[in-house]
Amino acid sequence: MNLVARDLVLSFETSCDETSVAVIENGNKILSNIVATQIKSHQRFGGVVPEVASRHHIEQITGCIEDALRDADVTYDDLTSVAVTYGPGLVGALLIGVTAAKAVAWAHNLPLVPVNHLAGHIYAARLVEPIEFPAMALVVSGGHTELVYMPEEDKFEIIGETRDDAAGEAYDKIGRVLGINYPAGKPVDELAHQGKDTFKFPRAMDSDDNFDFSFSGLKSAFINTVHHADQIHEELSREDLAASFQQAVVDVLADKTQRALKEFPVKQLILAGGVAANKGLRERLTKEIASFKDTKLELVPLSLCGDNAAMIGAAGEMLYRHGARADATLNADPGLEFEWLADEAK
Amino acid sequence: MKILAIDTSNKPLSVAVMDNDQLLAQTTLTTHRKHAEFLMPVIEDLVKKADLTPTDLDRVVVADGPGSYTGIRMAVTAAKTIANTLGIELVTVSSLLNLALNVQRADVLINPIFDGRNQNMFTGLYRWNHGTIETVIEDQHISLGKWLPAISDYEQPILIIGDTASFEDDMRNVLHSRLLTANPLMGIPSAALLGQYGLAKSPVEDVDAVVPRYLRLTKAEADWKKLHPNEDTHNYVEKV
Repeated sequence: MNLVARDLVLSFETSCDETSVAVIENGNKILSNIVATQIKSHQRFGGVVPEVASRHHIEQITGCIEDALRDADVTYDDLTSVAVTYGPGLVGALLIGVTAAKAVAWAHNLPLVPVNHLAGHIYAARLVEPIEFPAMALVVSGGHTELVYMPEEDKFEIIGETRDDAAGEAYDKIGRVLGINYPAGKPVDELAHQGKDTFKFPRAMDSDDNFDFSFSGLKSAFINTVHHADQIHEELSREDLAASFQQAVVDVLADKTQRALKEFPVKQLILAGGVAANKGLRERLTKEIASFKDTKLELVPLSLCGDNAAMIGAAGEMLYRHGARADATLNADPGLEFEWLADEAK
Repeated sequence: MKILAIDTSNKPLSVAVMDNDQLLAQTTLTTHRKHAEFLMPVIEDLVKKADLTPTDLDRVVVADGPGSYTGIRMAVTAAKTIANTLGIELVTVSSLLNLALNVQRADVLINPIFDGRNQNMFTGLYRWNHGTIETVIEDQHISLGKWLPAISDYEQPILIIGDTASFEDDMRNVLHSRLLTANPLMGIPSAALLGQYGLAKSPVEDVDAVVPRYLRLTKAEADWKKLHPNEDTHNYVEKV
């Protein structure tokens, strides 16, 4: 007999091109994690088309709920709460998850917990090992690149972020130049491992005295190099191009992260988000962390780097304990952001 | 049978709770477009005011389009999730037909119109026949220039309702005195009439498969289809 009551979260994630519903036990155990991905559909267009994404989410949403409950072998009566991503993301896509989560919460009289998508990415780490605080997270994905400082489990403070393109966005854009369809992260990573950094692309803002990133200059340098070679009919090594691009991205991410760790000593560094699946970045951070004796590196497992509802449930359980609640008026917030550390100090 | 009826196809939001064809509670708002914020609170409020709980409901009736893409997605997402999660029936009704229900007269053809911008419309043609509403011309997304010849040969007068403002003058030039207009309040959908109509209809067999009646491909998909006329457009979403 189970003497300790289980805390079960039914969680929803529809912020971009994955419809996902999960059931998470006690905040750290995945009972089910259904992910319906639309990648094949958007590959037709070379990137995510928001209206198409919304249309796919509504096709999938209730089927995903059923599958998640069935795989977890639970019923609505077993649930403690419903958690949902309400931002950031594509507004039309977010609204499908938000509306469905509100409907389920109302129908079964369950509390509704609003979750920031990026808090979800960070809390994916919890599905492997407990997070120890203070912690730092480097969140890198198709839409986001930021360093988040967490003094306590429910405090998220941005200390640096991209000024222009997200790292994953830069991968997709240079991928296109190399003839690689979206999502380009994995193929470019693989190509990079077969080449060398021969082009020495610029490391933007690397020497600046802040924790911000910039990738649009790197992207332009890459594109100009390829176009110039095309014009003079010179063939460049795709492997070396990819390796040079990746080395520049990884250098900037790793340097800024190191500097952040020096200023904000933490017990754990979490690498999260879709680009956290990048082998080059994982290898580099694993090497760099060795010089920080009191900081442990937590690499979110590859299966949980992409968008999924399990991570939303993991964050949702924590937020629920801290009293986060939404009512039936909850709306999508496509531009949702954590607060800046500096803002709070003012 | 306890029915929840929802229409958020365009700017108005209308929700009703019925006991068979008896109206228990209804709310209709035209002041905003914030269906995402207002729809669930209105549903919550009406079910409570009708002295019911969610589990008392037997059927959801939803106006599933055409209309604003976000609007019809709000109604359909709420309706299919409520039906699925409570294990109750779901009935889908054309949003244009729901508007036509506002005109309860047999001596005219009813032409509900939603503005599709740039002189395009979402429209259809309906009539009452011995107390039953019938489709004369199927709902479609069409330019005014193509719609006019399609409706100009009927002998009966044509009554337009809905977003008629940008089309009325051009329609009168062709239909002359056969064009009738209605009290603008008839252009606002009534969830009570929707619920009543949905009471007599068969529920869908597969709630999960219900999607809005967009009647129009996205531009990206339409362009892609032109280049790939024979491609199978199903199975683009995979569970991994």
